Amino acid sequence: MKENVTQKNTRLVRILVFVVLGMFGFGYALVPLYDVLCDITGLNGKVEAAVKEESYEVDKSREITVEFMTALNESTPMVFRSETKKIKVHPGEYHTVNFYAENKTDKAMVARAIPSISPGPAAEYLKKIECFCFSEQTFKAREGKTMPVRFVVNPELPEKYKTITLAYTFFDNTETSVKK
Amino acid sequence: MSAVVAEHEHDEHHDHGPQKGLLRWVITTNHKDIGTLYLVFSLAMFFIGGAMAMIIRAELFEPGMQFVDPQFFNSMTTMHALVMVFGAVMPAFVGLANWMIPMMIGAPDMALPRMNNMSFWMLVAGVLLLASTLFMEGGAPASGWTLYPPLVLQTGAALPFAIFSVHLLGISSIMGAINIIATIFNMRAPAMTLMKMPLFVWTWLITAFLLIAIMPVFAGAVTMLLTDRFFDTSFFDAAGGGDPVLYQHIFWFFGHPEVYVMILPTFGVASTIIPVFARKPLFGYSSMVYATASIAFLSFIVWAHHMFTVGMPVAGELYFMYATMLIAIPTGVKVFNWTATMWKGSMTFETPMLFSIAFVVLFTIGGFTGLMMSIAPSDFQYHDTYFIVAHFHYTLVPASVFILMAAGYYWLPKWTGNMYNERIGKLHFWLSAVSVNILFFPQHFLGLAGMPRRIPDYAVQFADWNMISSIGGFIFGISQLLFLYIVIDTIKGGTGEKATDEVWEDAHKHGLEWTLPSPPPYHTFTTPPATVPTEHI
Repeated sequence: MKENVTQKNTRLVRILVFVVLGMFGFGYALVPLYDVLCDITGLNGKVEAAVKEESYEVDKSREITVEFMTALNESTPMVFRSETKKIKVHPGEYHTVNFYAENKTDKAMVARAIPSISPGPAAEYLKKIECFCFSEQTFKAREGKTMPVRFVVNPELPEKYKTITLAYTFFDNTETSVKK
Repeated sequence: MSAVVAEHEHDEHHDHGPQKGLLRWVITTNHKDIGTLYLVFSLAMFFIGGAMAMIIRAELFEPGMQFVDPQFFNSMTTMHALVMVFGAVMPAFVGLANWMIPMMIGAPDMALPRMNNMSFWMLVAGVLLLASTLFMEGGAPASGWTLYPPLVLQTGAALPFAIFSVHLLGISSIMGAINIIATIFNMRAPAMTLMKMPLFVWTWLITAFLLIAIMPVFAGAVTMLLTDRFFDTSFFDAAGGGDPVLYQHIFWFFGHPEVYVMILPTFGVASTIIPVFARKPLFGYSSMVYATASIAFLSFIVWAHHMFTVGMPVAGELYFMYATMLIAIPTGVKVFNWTATMWKGSMTFETPMLFSIAFVVLFTIGGFTGLMMSIAPSDFQYHDTYFIVAHFHYTLVPASVFILMAAGYYWLPKWTGNMYNERIGKLHFWLSAVSVNILFFPQHFLGLAGMPRRIPDYAVQFADWNMISSIGGFIFGISQLLFLYIVIDTIKGGTGEKATDEVWEDAHKHGLEWTLPSPPPYHTFTTPPATVPTEHI
């Protein structure tokens, strides 16, 4: 009887430990699952990477206001601004706007701009062909750069969206890049 | 071979009682000793966490900066929460489980006694590690108990210590939970079928499953914080392509079931105490079991109601809103069952019953404010204000803590063999019940008027209610010293009146523990009881 209980306990504990390990793994599995969900739903204005230029039928019947915002992550020593604050575009038209960023330090800097589009569900309709945000940017000491963003608003954008805001935040990645 | 060892231990246990001296408490594998250790430890943590709350209420007594700097104030809110959740409430219920589950199901001990000892001492190590962060450069974590990045990543030297502390506390809880599941599944007396188990045992069984499902997820989340800070991963770091909101999703996948870890055993104790003092069987025993299981299941699919304001698609808001409202149904079943149990019962109002009735009433208030916040559009108004502070304190203090007090009064005579002082017990109850409402009720008004949480200063229009709330807080804090006095007094002999075996009238019909002597011998139910009481069903 006693032996019987010990065996039963051992078997049960083994199963439960597997559950625990499985749930630890599940916690990590939530990371890719979240990315997949964000891609599907446009949650948090996550945007896809570069797309090839293809021609859309331009929708002259409506105008979309596209706003550009720039921000610096805390303690990033840069100047960063958009040369265009906002423009009105017809869906399907290609436009290029310029951004200016400058390294304020006397050392070389590696920085990364992270885009965010709001409202989130509109994110998938704003296609970028060219963007400085696709890769890390290297700045020499005191260097300033003008960087273009070429984009198009997909004409399938639902009617209810009149304004799309494209926001970039520059992060100073010099330290982590050096380590890599 | 294990059989030989087990046989050997078995014989030894018959030969002698507890070891003499202090070492007994370090190496003990006896469920009653470990239960006592857990309960004493959690009571100590209750007072330490309480002292932190007193600092918070003193600072908020008047507008402007009074006693502490903002960084330390935020450390206090963070540490108060972590200490109360992981150091006081959860260990207190584990302590009750250790003491009572073997006695309630007719088992000689927990299934895995050595692991039991280890999980207690790991808890102590975890809490000491957490407390040590108070003395570190940069101070203790001050980001709120939710440890949201990127804010939490700015914590000073304390961050890795807080994270390893969470790991230890998590492993401790998981081991405790595995032990409880193994005990309930494998150690029951043959006559104790699953649907005859006392509800405290049922609720703990379900809670234990919640724990093994969620603690590893939390451990994973804080490990990601650790690697983000020290090993250049970018799980939550936007600069590397991560997303801080992801942390909130993972945290609340753990966090919502976690709050039910603290409330389900509360339901179990209430369902145990109320029938005894109403002198009636529990109304709707099986519906209580199913309601508990439903609440546990729902807790896994409602987490994002903590994050309505992060910018979710409308479909997500709607889903989490309706799923959350669904929880009110099984919870309502429980509240109506407790009420129906009391209906036309021959009720008497000893201290455990007073605390239990206060629990039913005040927990319901906390439940209703929860329902208010489940409504996504209005939640934008309540989010991160004192309204949510009032809500979860109503479900934790006059619910979980009151029921822990009730459990203390209810089982102390059984544990010690002495009756506690009923007059001081009632005084403790009335002071607590009145002051807890003075403390938390005004916080609803503050929250609705827009006072944000976790800020040491506030606009002058919030001054009056804050002062009232603080006064209630001080009375509540001081009143708890009465409980400490009663516990010590009862252990030393109490009123001099010896407790009978069943302590409460006809309690032996409600639970196996009341068929044992008071105090119970060191080893009980070495042979399983032939019959089990069914009056509680």
